[in-house]
Amino acid sequence: MSPSSAPVSEVPAYNPRNYLNSPATGLRSWLTTRDHKRIGVMFLVATTFFFAVGGLFAMLIRIELLTPGPTIVDAMTYNRLFTLHGVVMIFLFMIPAIPSGFGNFLLPIMLGARDVAFPRLNLLSFYVYLLGATIALWGMIHGGADTGWTFYTPYSTQTVTKVVPILLGAFILGFSSILTGLNFIVTTHTLRAPGMTWTRMPLFIWSIYATSVIQILATPVLGMTLLLVAIENAFGWGIFDPARGGDPVLFQHFFWFYSHPAVYIMVLPAMAVISEVVCTFSHKNIFGYNAVAYSSLGIAFVGFFTWGHHLFTSGQSAFDAGIFGVLSMFVGIFTAIKVFNWTATLYKGSISFKTPFAYFVGFLFFLVFGGMTGIALATVSLDVHWQDTYFVVAHFHFIMVGATIMAFLAALHYWFPKITGRTYPEGWGLVGATLVILGFNFTFIPQFLLGNEGMPRRYYAYPERFWPLNVASTAGASVLAFGLVLILVYLLVSLRSGPVAGPNPWHSRGFEWFVPSPPPPENWEVTPVITHPPHDYHHAGEAPPGGVEPEPRHAS
Amino acid sequence: MNELMRRVLFLPEQASEYARGVDRLHFFVILTTMVAATGVFGTALYFFVRYRRRSDTDVTPHVTPRPIHEILFIGGPLTLFLVWFAIGFPQYVSLQTPPKDAMDVYVQGKKWMWKFAYPGGPSAVDTLRVPAGRPVRLLITSRDVIHSFFVPALRVKQDALPGRYTETWFDADRPGRYQIFCAEFCGIGHSSMLGEVVVMPAEEFDAWIADQRKGLTRAQDAAPAPGEPVRAASSVVDEGRRIAAEQGCLKCHSIDGSPHIGPTWLNLYLRHEKLKDGRTVVADEGYLTKSMMDPGADIVAGYQNVMPTFQGKLAPPEAAAVVEYIKSLQTAAGVSGPSEPPIYEPVKRPRQ
Repeated sequence: MSPSSAPVSEVPAYNPRNYLNSPATGLRSWLTTRDHKRIGVMFLVATTFFFAVGGLFAMLIRIELLTPGPTIVDAMTYNRLFTLHGVVMIFLFMIPAIPSGFGNFLLPIMLGARDVAFPRLNLLSFYVYLLGATIALWGMIHGGADTGWTFYTPYSTQTVTKVVPILLGAFILGFSSILTGLNFIVTTHTLRAPGMTWTRMPLFIWSIYATSVIQILATPVLGMTLLLVAIENAFGWGIFDPARGGDPVLFQHFFWFYSHPAVYIMVLPAMAVISEVVCTFSHKNIFGYNAVAYSSLGIAFVGFFTWGHHLFTSGQSAFDAGIFGVLSMFVGIFTAIKVFNWTATLYKGSISFKTPFAYFVGFLFFLVFGGMTGIALATVSLDVHWQDTYFVVAHFHFIMVGATIMAFLAALHYWFPKITGRTYPEGWGLVGATLVILGFNFTFIPQFLLGNEGMPRRYYAYPERFWPLNVASTAGASVLAFGLVLILVYLLVSLRSGPVAGPNPWHSRGFEWFVPSPPPPENWEVTPVITHPPHDYHHAGEAPPGGVEPEPRHAS
Repeated sequence: MNELMRRVLFLPEQASEYARGVDRLHFFVILTTMVAATGVFGTALYFFVRYRRRSDTDVTPHVTPRPIHEILFIGGPLTLFLVWFAIGFPQYVSLQTPPKDAMDVYVQGKKWMWKFAYPGGPSAVDTLRVPAGRPVRLLITSRDVIHSFFVPALRVKQDALPGRYTETWFDADRPGRYQIFCAEFCGIGHSSMLGEVVVMPAEEFDAWIADQRKGLTRAQDAAPAPGEPVRAASSVVDEGRRIAAEQGCLKCHSIDGSPHIGPTWLNLYLRHEKLKDGRTVVADEGYLTKSMMDPGADIVAGYQNVMPTFQGKLAPPEAAAVVEYIKSLQTAAGVSGPSEPPIYEPVKRPRQ
């Protein structure tokens, strides 16, 4: 098929020779594959499984908090539940889900490449992930940990729960993260299609690239820290435990030096997805391409200098607190730039309110309130009251669940036709999005108020005046869980029996939509030559940029 | 306005001028956030309707920003954020600099109780009495893991770190009782590590602390305490129950047989307890009293040495009342076997 002469009729709606069935089908061909698309899909399946596990822990936590006293589990079990909820959601779901899942699938296609730079390393990254996940799961089944996902010392070095296997699991998972990040950076530098300059790259890639930089620079610090805790826990060396001559606050500095940037490992990929979704569903080029692209790098950079805002009440000097407070606000500025540019993209657009766009709306709502409450926390004096209360819990869930999971669901629906070649039921999609967004609000808005009222986090039992808001939160969580189950069901049904989607059901002009659905193993049959940035909707009806194959000639 | 906003936002009472200042910033932050968010969402909503899709082949113009747009996008929020910071940061600095004339109270967090020590000797568990209208500086430390001293009504929170002291201060101006929470996760008793700040009118506090100092001397002399308000307790057992609750005994010892930090008091009297060092003792009056005054001497097997001494804190009649209360906690089944170990196992690790 030559780039310029393919008539519409020759484009099969469902690409018969695709990555799902070529070069072979069968378990063995999947487990030994070096195709970035298959590895991406395997990551998506694995992370979705852990999303369900983490969600189950969350529901048990909410049910336990339905009454002020003991409800369904004892205090020790409760402490294990919230620890495992955090560990599973962060290390096993949110950090790998978008970059290793969707990033793997889309980055080479969007760049016009055949695969990532190091396909074997890519597969290794998946197996390292599985190994880390297995060790962590083993630790959870054999006792679990009760330290909270933050593993604060000296509690974590004194606890009698099985903290070492979980630390080791997280340590190994870090390598998966590093390998994927390294792969993406090299791929972006070396495998861009002819004509794809840095300012013609899809914004998805800019954000994933910024994420990869953080993964490579910050994850080793986490690895080192977790190793030190494991050593202290196992051998009793005095590193963090003051009783043995260590420094307990040193751990918090180490830990947040990774874990604050890690928030951006979770949020930047979400922003990557949203930049694509907003363009496709408003049929518009992004308003400020450079501003959105560079603000991703800005967040990645400033994110390394904000960790001290987790330590405002730990006895750090007022001078340090002031510096960290102001620097934290810069993250808010970069985020605000993106929010304004996404909103301005809608101007003079052609907005189609499909399911992914509904999640964009939810994302925008949660990011604005999650971000603004973050800035409020950075005013320092308000943080003193809110630190370690449900206000902080609600704030970071607005960012991490609100923003990241909205983007994950947006991505799942937006690229579902590309990945599977089929479409999901649009009506059910909108019902699911409505349930999830409403349920999420009813879960976490009461938690903001609980934090104001003074309820500390990680409380197994609480005074009765906190009761009504806790009931409201649990009710909201039930709606959220129901919505997520509904989504899972209709997506699974659509996998087999959804209508065939065709290469470009959204009439998008993102580069990935110019390859067939599902894409063939080599992605592009001819290497595209890029002459325009993506999402150039003022060109609709004309030939797409350069050698990019005009698959869906719906306009002509 | 203050009262309305406070109720809408579920904020607790404001027991100090500092708390009212922080709340003013809170209200300002919330109101400006709402205005900004309404602006963004209103614009987005207008665009949704105004630019809804008419046809899948809509061609849209190529719109790019002018520099002024990006300058506004950065300048607007930056100005707002810096205004917030300019209000909030000085408040934080004031919280970090206690006035020179503040009264010091030493605070020690420990699994799972708060201990307060006043200059001159008096101390208390879980109840911090302070005078209204006078600044109080807290010097905070921990005996085991990290805790965090949190009084929502004062908008004050400070971590308690093992091996070092941190400080914070407040000037409560409204007499009343305000809850203390532990805000840093510290184990199975984290959510029951509660306490109370009792803000007393200054003269009442002066009388109380003087009385405490006298009481301390008397208790050391093992004399009765006539200064104590006379209470019409219906019996010695009721008196013991009241004292046990006030002193925080029941935070660690259950009275229903459930295992907790310390051995349960149910059917404790005359129980044959196996000790850590292998001996067995009968929990008679002598053992119970000794355990209050010198808790580390005879530790029951499976438990940790975490109980503070009540030597000097309980007058002899009070200790006797607690013993009588324990004796009253018998079920029909009568004396049971040795105490079950608690639900967690103590750490067995070579100490360096």
